Amino acid sequence: MPNIFDILGPVMIGPSSSHTAGAARMGNMARTLLGSEPVEARIHLHGSFAETGKGHGTDRAIVGGLLGMRPDDSRIPFAFDEARARGLKYEIDAIALRDAHPNTAVIELAGADGKQLVMQASSIGGGRIVVNKLDGIDVNFTGNFNTLVIRNQDENGAVAAVTSILSQLRVNLANMSLCRHKRGGDALMVIETDQHIKPKQVEFLSELPGIISVTYYDKEEEDDGSRFDEGNI
Amino acid sequence: MALDSMKEIFDQMECEGIPFWEVVLRSDMEERQVTRKQSMAKMLITWQAMQDAADTYTGTRRSVSGLAGGDGIKMRQYAMRGAAMSGGYVCDVIAEALSMAESNACMRRIVAAPTAGACGVLPAVLLPLCNYEEITQHQLLEALYVASGIGAVIAHRACISGAAGGCQAEIGTAAAMAAGALVAIKGGTGAQIGHAVAMALKNLMGLICDPVAGLVEVPCVKRNVIGAVDAVSAADMALAGVESRIPVDEVIDAMGDVGARMPVEFRETALGGLAMTPTGQAIKRCMKEKEE
Repeated sequence: MPNIFDILGPVMIGPSSSHTAGAARMGNMARTLLGSEPVEARIHLHGSFAETGKGHGTDRAIVGGLLGMRPDDSRIPFAFDEARARGLKYEIDAIALRDAHPNTAVIELAGADGKQLVMQASSIGGGRIVVNKLDGIDVNFTGNFNTLVIRNQDENGAVAAVTSILSQLRVNLANMSLCRHKRGGDALMVIETDQHIKPKQVEFLSELPGIISVTYYDKEEEDDGSRFDEGNI
Repeated sequence: MALDSMKEIFDQMECEGIPFWEVVLRSDMEERQVTRKQSMAKMLITWQAMQDAADTYTGTRRSVSGLAGGDGIKMRQYAMRGAAMSGGYVCDVIAEALSMAESNACMRRIVAAPTAGACGVLPAVLLPLCNYEEITQHQLLEALYVASGIGAVIAHRACISGAAGGCQAEIGTAAAMAAGALVAIKGGTGAQIGHAVAMALKNLMGLICDPVAGLVEVPCVKRNVIGAVDAVSAADMALAGVESRIPVDEVIDAMGDVGARMPVEFRETALGGLAMTPTGQAIKRCMKEKEE
């Protein structure tokens, strides 16, 4: 069931919650999962994103998101200029994917420190997104939770090590999935948590045996209005 | 309490002896597990974003396609000359609906209500009212709770997007929300809110979603105007004691049914209506060439 601020909201840059707000959120997600400042991006737009993306500013919104802009950031229309100023090279083209949601993008990203990422995500309405694929592995998460994405070697004990540490940190797991390409290859753990995870804790997890890398998406914080006094309202 | 029907809201009002907006506020506190203050602060932030969008509108920006922009300022200037037939408040409502919807098309910061394409309707009826009457901030927040509660019921029982149910679902819902908000601000009863919602929704029933070149510009910007004016007339009728012969929940269900049976060509796919006119098609080709 939608809450009333899904009805009256989001506050966003127009013109379309799916083609603009969701697109910005996708860029942001890719930036976070890369875990460093992106310097090169190849953005492939599928379906309605390819058809009407330009007119809806989907391209600018994704680039804006890659630069760390939130869906309500007034700089989104000028994201291309900002990208040039900040040394992010980007290319945008159309792609035809099989069995993909009409509003889908594939983002190939390279970071200043050499990190790379390929993310496929769909914008499913109202500015919400789903990440479908990471580096060729099928996944399914939304960014509605705090999300740990952990690459590990496919061997005994990696999951147990991570979850036992999280339990010691009193972090409650909301959802968890484990995917791999093939037996013995790299695997991907996606863990959605109720609590926030601190940078130090993310670093600690990444040093566990068998863990290749850990990136962490901190759920968009709601403005709880704590700056207002009772009298202001 | 889940906002599943208008009747449930009316029953709750009666049972607890509280106004419409309070039912919606309590439902939000329960649903999102927030305090009264947190909920109201978020509503205030939402209202401030609407005000900010209106205050910073200059009419100079154009949409990426070049089809939208500059009409809101024309209407504001016309309103100021005092010659408008719709005169006073209603003329300002038209100007504000154009300005806000155009702001959305031109990638400015807006509040979706219930969608980005219909973002002009609700602020268009509320913002100008403050220039004509003494309205407190609290009254405005109450009106926004009423509007969002109405939207939540319609989203639950029918649909609120052009892709799901045509423009009747998108601008229609925005108009219903705005009509209810106006009745609440004017001190109308719960029953009057219900009649206003029913009438606003009925009077746009069947309206298709036919965006030229698939963009939220033509006819969407101007449809925000008809939504806002529809809301004002429905609210005035309800406050005058005019009643909808069909109960509001049945009207919402009927709208949902019309939406579900509406051909896909008329649901945001740009395959019918104005999008398929010779000029609509020419604009689409022109956009494609620009891209290449």
